[in-house]
This record gives sequence, structure tokens and C-alpha cells, in this order.
Amino acid sequence: MNPELGNFALALACCMAAGQAILPLIGANRRDARLMALAPALAVGQMIALITSFACLIHAAITNDFSVQNVAANSAVSKPLLYKITGVWGNHEGSVLLWAMILSICGGAVALFGRNLPSALQARVIAVLGGVAAGFELFCLTTSNPFARVWPAPLDGQGMNPLLQDPGLAFHPPILYTGYVGFAVPFAFAIAALIEGRVDAAWGRWVRPWAVAAWCFLTCGIAMGSWWSYYVLGWGGYWFWDPVENASLIPWLTGTALVHSAIVVEKREALKIWTVLLAIGTFSFSLSGTFLVRSGILNSVHAFANDPARGVFILGLLALVIGGSLLLFAIRAPQLTTGGLFSPVSREGLLVLNNILLCSICAVVLTGTMYPPFMSLLFGKTISVGKPFFDATTIPLAIPLMVFMGFGPMVPWKRAQMWPVLRRLWWAACVALVALVVATFRMRDILPVMATATAVWVICSSIADIAERLRLFRQPLAQSWQRARSLPRAVFGAALAHAGVGIVVLGIAGMSQAAHRIVEVHVGESEMLAGDSWTLTDVHPAEGPNYSALVATIEVRHNGRLVTTLHPSKRTFASQHQTTTEVAIHTNLMADIYGVLGDKHGDDANPTYVLRLHYNPLAPWMWLGGLIMAFGGALSLSDRRVRVGAPRRAKTVDVVVVQ
Amino acid sequence: MTRKSRRLWLVVACMIGLGSAAALTLNAFSSNIVFFMAPSQVQAKPPPADRTIRLGGMVVAGSVRREKVKDSPVAIFDVTDGQAAVTVRYEGILPDLFREGQSVVAVGTVSPDGTFRASEVLAKHDETYMPKEVAEELRRSGKWDPRFGKAPDAASWNTMTASDPKKPATPTPDGN
Repeated sequence: MNPELGNFALALACCMAAGQAILPLIGANRRDARLMALAPALAVGQMIALITSFACLIHAAITNDFSVQNVAANSAVSKPLLYKITGVWGNHEGSVLLWAMILSICGGAVALFGRNLPSALQARVIAVLGGVAAGFELFCLTTSNPFARVWPAPLDGQGMNPLLQDPGLAFHPPILYTGYVGFAVPFAFAIAALIEGRVDAAWGRWVRPWAVAAWCFLTCGIAMGSWWSYYVLGWGGYWFWDPVENASLIPWLTGTALVHSAIVVEKREALKIWTVLLAIGTFSFSLSGTFLVRSGILNSVHAFANDPARGVFILGLLALVIGGSLLLFAIRAPQLTTGGLFSPVSREGLLVLNNILLCSICAVVLTGTMYPPFMSLLFGKTISVGKPFFDATTIPLAIPLMVFMGFGPMVPWKRAQMWPVLRRLWWAACVALVALVVATFRMRDILPVMATATAVWVICSSIADIAERLRLFRQPLAQSWQRARSLPRAVFGAALAHAGVGIVVLGIAGMSQAAHRIVEVHVGESEMLAGDSWTLTDVHPAEGPNYSALVATIEVRHNGRLVTTLHPSKRTFASQHQTTTEVAIHTNLMADIYGVLGDKHGDDANPTYVLRLHYNPLAPWMWLGGLIMAFGGALSLSDRRVRVGAPRRAKTVDVVVVQ
Repeated sequence: MTRKSRRLWLVVACMIGLGSAAALTLNAFSSNIVFFMAPSQVQAKPPPADRTIRLGGMVVAGSVRREKVKDSPVAIFDVTDGQAAVTVRYEGILPDLFREGQSVVAVGTVSPDGTFRASEVLAKHDETYMPKEVAEELRRSGKWDPRFGKAPDAASWNTMTASDPKKPATPTPDGN
């Protein structure tokens, strides 16, 4: 019964989304208040229906309803409860439903929190969200229905890949998807503005919190994904530049550009057309990222051969959403008026530079990701592009970006002199210079050295920015404290996010100096790595709930003093005939000590074991920095300006373009 | 600053940004693109020693053997596409799903003596998975038609191999 209820709720949501896409648009065009008032109601209704539908799928998974094909294929009685729930979105059908549900929650949020928007704008925004939602709910219903039944129902399900049974991966997809889908709201605002033919400061102010919120989730999602691959895959790496990862990085880059260019729209009414294009681009990249990559088109052009209907539907939908919005942009963009003037050396000028550099990095990553599939499609050549390519292209572009990032928050709007800014930043520059000298002696290669110096520069200049605003050490502390309390939280948020970038880059630079060794030892033997002595003291078998394991004990000593004892293990899952490697990591926040147990060789009397030992300096900073960035974004969202004080539109003649 | 000069400045900044991006991309493409090659291609036309390639095929059953060089384990195995076999040397831990008789992709360089020095060995986390490049190459060499079901066991391919059969795994002094 329950799966049918879920299916019905999904169908109902699809119908409501279709209504939500059409009726408010008509209402907004005819200025019919009753039709426009339908928009929030339908959006909330659709959200409730989809949450119900998703709850039904979770219920089916928890109660082991193997008559539902999706549950039978991905779950099993023996699976722990947590993974029964999280397994719901660990497969194609479930993740499409999750995607649609998050989109409907975004629509509901615009309906509930967007009451201060002009009703026509709100109606149009919700209508655009409804249109996208209707398409994907239809996709879910027709080609990848998670509630499809199977008859006869099997006694037990096929279970889940043991590699995915991990708490890190369990919560990674919802957060990442919220990031992807969240950019649908700025997209909808952009489309609504194009339909209205009007973008102004108030629009910038409305759209920015949504973009920042989505950006926070995407940042968190990417950091979590990278952390997962670091501690689960056991290769000692954190980012492999594979298409799935790049698909999340590309919208992050354009989304970061969007978050910054929306500031210019809000404060100075400039860069309006560009911001609208960025909003459209970011969501388009999110969409194509999630669906093209997941359906395998990037890895293999033939992946759709298994289910042509699915591929054709998705390609059609993507073409409709992306092509339609770009067409609308092409028609309407010339009617948007361009705004305020500014000189190259000004806050606006630096934000433009930020956008150019971020988009250049994005273009490079996009080229590297798309070139191999195009080559194989057009010329039948199989090539691949890996880490060396991306390192050689992105880092040289990221370094100037970081240099300008240090200046950005200190430079005044409109027109600025470099000298006063430099005078306030001299100590940050000195610290960065010292870092450069120290790094030159301590690090291999030129790029990590440059990255370290610029990262220190960014962190110091963020501190300098806050210190300057508080007049720290130039006034009594009590007065600085008063200033701190009256300073908008967005300022702290921005400084924190910038410092977070610096910390991430320091982590990456540190990881480039990581040392590792692969050794084959008997029990009791020691090996040296990075000044520590690693001793394999014991290896013993252990039994888990649905696997049997081989657990090693490695003692790490520094100058004879015990630093830590690691317990890496190898698990063999009998039911899936699969082995997983459990990494042991010890961290002191300055470096990770990372041990992996490999194969056992030789006879049982005196076997040798292959060990992989890593010393990863500053590794935890990468994820810590990511969290700090997301926290900075959240802090600026909690700013008073966002919560209260609905912006009003400047009184201008309402431009309604009738075509 | 007039509107015209601002526009000029914007255009110049964009050109510099995208131009340097394009220059970096082209430069990196010329040296960092990794081509996929099947063992028969490697034998017919070995790439220069400094060129990184991806070698894909099936691991010949019974060909995996181990050596120990200065405390570091080295795995040695043969990769075949049914026409030729190339010996791969890999210093490191083979992935969990590495099996004899299954498909594998190795990233590395061909050394002058014809063996392949892998810096990375990839086996997908799925037993039934065959990398697309490998499947494509097998089909091209006429050893396997996907319409007639799963790929044959690599053990049988080994016998189809035209080149000399590799010497069987010999026990190494440390008791392997």
C-alpha cells in the first residue's frame, strides 16, 4: 500500500508543479492577484507531496519491502538501519527523487520566506522553479520510478556495495544535492528578471542570500566528498580530478563568481547582465553535472544504450532548460540597462577581476573534463587528462586570484588609490614574504611555494581587514569591542570565508609535500618514514557483523617516544565477494599519519605483509578550511540586513515589455 | 573614467584572463594528455620512454608474481588484449579488486626493455566491470563480441596470444 501512496504523491506533486509552472506566469502577466496567489500555495503543496513520497520510499526500505524493485536491488535484511535509510539515495531512482524533493523544498522556501518580494516577481520565480520540478518529476515517474514493483518479491535484497556503507558517504549526497539544487533559486530569479525585463539593486539583494546558501552547501558537499575519498579509498589522495568531482567543482567556481558579482549588482547596480548570465550558467552546470555525469555520458558515450529512454529524456530536458533560458537571455538581455561607472582600481574592478579569473579556471576545468569524451565521440581516440594537466592549468590562474583576493575587501567602491590600501596591508605582505622565504627552503617545486605564500597573504589580509575596521590597537580595546558589535556580520563572514580559502590552499600545498612508502615487512620489523619509525607489531583476524577482517597493529615512534598506534585492516565481505581496505589515520591537526594494510604474502608460518605508510602534512586543513568557508557564508546569511529590512525597489517607471 | 574606456579596460582584462587560460590549456594538452594503448599497439609502436600512457587489457591468468626491491614489493604481471602481451612492473599495493583474468588499466611509461613501469594500477570496484577502453579494444581485435555475452576468461586468451608464452610464476627466494 505504502509504495502506491508514495507513487501517487509523486504524481500529485508532478501535477501541482505543472500548475505551478503555468498559472502564476499567466497571473503575473495579467496582473491577476488571485492567480499569482496560487504560486506559494502550490509550491508548499508540492513540497508536502514530495516529502510524503520520499518518506514512503524510506518506509519501504526500513520495513524491508522487497516487492519494491528499488529496495530489492539496493537493500538487504542484514543491512544496518542507518544504511537502509541512507541507501535510499545511494542509487539512481532514489537520488532523482531526492533531487526533486530538495527542489520542491527550495520552492517552498521561496514561498514561505519570500513574502516580502513583489508578488509578480515571487509568482514568476516560483513558476520557473515549478517548471523545472515538473520536468524532473515527470522524468522520475516515467523512466526511473523508485516505486516500481517486482513480482514475485524476493526473500532478501541484493544488498549494497560495502564501499558505500560509510557514514561520510551517507550524508554526503543530500548536502551536495542541496548545493546543486539550491542554485535553482538564483536561476529562477534570473529568468523572472528576464521576463520582467528589469534587474536592479533590490533584485541583487534578494538573490544573494539564496546564492550564498546554495554555495555553503556545495562547499560542504565538495569538502565531504573529498574527505570520503581520502579516508575510504585508501590511496592517500584527496582529489582525483575525475569527471564526477569536476562536475561539482565547475558549478562551485561559477557559483563563487555569482556570489561576488551579485554584490556589485546590490551595491552599485553594475554587472547586471553578467550576473544574470552567471546565475543561468551555474544552474546549467549543476544540472548537467548531476545528470550527465551520473548517467555515465562523460565516462562512456554508450552508457545510454542500456536505457535509451532515460538518456533521451534527460538530454531533452537539459536542452529545454538550458537552451530555453539562454534563448530568453539572448532576447531580453539587451533591454537590461547597464549601471554605475567605476575605475579599474576599485572594489568593483577587483570583483570583475575575481569573476574573470574564476571563470577562466572554470573554462579550463570544463575543457579538461569535456575534451576526452569529445575526442572519443568525434575521432574515436581514447585519451585521458589527469592531475598533471589540471595542476599545470588551474594553479597558475589561482595564484593571481589569491593575490587580488587579499586586496579586495580593503579597496573602496567606485574609485580607489592603491597607496592607502598598501599601507594598511604592509604587515600582511611582510608575513607572506617571510612565508615565501621559509617555503622556498622547506618545500619542493615552485608551485607549492607560491601557493603557500599567497595563502598566508590571504589569511593575513583577512585579519588585517577586520583589525582595520575595528581600529584594533589604535583605540582602547573597549571601543574596538563596540565597533565589533556594530559591524555587520557579513563583514566577518566574508573575512572568514576568505581565510578559509587560504587554509584550504595551505592544506593542498602541505599535501603536495606528503611522503609515502610502500614496504613489505614481517611482524616485528620497523621502517622509517618522515623521521618516524613505524613498527608492525601484530596482525590478527577479527570478525565483524557481515565481514571478516584482518587487523594490523602499527606503532609509530618519534625518537623512541610512542606517537600513536594505528589499526588498519582489510575486510572481506563474503556475500558480495568484495574486499575493502580500512585506513587508519592519526591526526594532530598539523599532519596526518596514515597507514594502510595491503596483501599478505608467503607461508602462514612466517608471512610478510605489504604496508602503505603516508605522512601527510597539513592534510586536515583542507577540510577544516572548507568548513570555515561554509561557516563564513552561513555567518553572512545571519546578517541583520538579510533577516529584516525588506529592500524596496527604487521608484522607476515599471518596464513591462509586451511582445 | 568614461563608459568607453571602462569597456575597453573590461575587454582587455577578459582577453588577458581567457587568453592565459587558453595558453595554459594548450601548453598542458601538448605534454599531459594520456593516450590509451592496447598491448598489441604498444608492441607494434612503443611510445617514447618519457610519455605516460594508459595500458589496458586483461591480466593473464597465472602471470602474477612478486619481487622485493629494497624492502619495497614489486608486482609483475602480464596484460594482454588477445594478440600480444606486455609485462607490467608495479611498485605498490594492487587494488582490492585486482584479479587474474580480469580487466585492468595501468598508467605509466614503457621502458626501453619493453616492460611497462606502472605508477598506478586501476581495477574498478565492480567484478563485472570492464573498462570501456578495454572492451573496445577487445572488440576491435575480434576476440569478443558483446552480443554473445560476457568476455571470455583471460586464461583462454593467453593461449590465443601470438607472442611467446611468458615463463610461469617462479617462486622467489623469500618464499613467495
